[in-house]
Amino acid sequence: MSGTTIVVALSLGFLAGVAAGLFGVGGGILFVPVLLGLGLGQLEAEATSLLAILPTVVAGTWRQRRYGNVRRRTALVLGIASIAGVQAGVLVATSLPEDVLRRLFALLLVGVAAQLAWRARRSSTYASKA
Amino acid sequence: MLRIVAIGVVAGLFSALFGVGGGIVIVPLLILAASVPERVATGTSLAAIGITALAGAILYGLEGYLHPGHAALVGLPAAAGAVAGASLQQRLPVRSLTYAFSALLVAVAVWLLVG
Repeated sequence: MSGTTIVVALSLGFLAGVAAGLFGVGGGILFVPVLLGLGLGQLEAEATSLLAILPTVVAGTWRQRRYGNVRRRTALVLGIASIAGVQAGVLVATSLPEDVLRRLFALLLVGVAAQLAWRARRSSTYASKA
Repeated sequence: MLRIVAIGVVAGLFSALFGVGGGIVIVPLLILAASVPERVATGTSLAAIGITALAGAILYGLEGYLHPGHAALVGLPAAAGAVAGASLQQRLPVRSLTYAFSALLVAVAVWLLVG
């Protein structure tokens, strides 16, 4: 990795984090395009994104726990059950052609964009801050 | 309990398929299907995603797709950025920014589709 790549990765990572905190979206939908831009393939970007979201998730969970917003038992059941889904997801993703996976991811981005815009339009809390 | 398990399985599938945490699936499902209040759904979802994302990273890692160096370069500054972003929420016109951000996401989608 060149020095430039490292600086770009650090800056884009920081900006993706700011956007995640500001708009209440997970980091993953932003990390995947950033990692693609850094030259990773679709599967590599998705795999690496899952590791990259962990620091943000751990920090966020710690904060939410202080606010009393985490139901530990529910989270544990969700998390453990998700491992079965993860196994299936990895199997499906690795058997799909990468360009198909990339197009599906692009559709997900459009879906998230629509959901965010819709939420912003409806939300009175956003309106009062605007 | 059965509903929570089902939500977890769906979220895991979604997470691994797209390389995302899966909060956009878990949060609405917890609110609608399990009657969990919104703030608790968000907090609980985050905690669950820790397990989901770790499992995904490990399983993809075993297949040789993981780049830990890239993950650290992007993921560590992101954690700091997320704290900054959450505190900026009170001071910025989030509504107009959200439209701009949505447009950016669509632009990225177009780049992925044609690029």
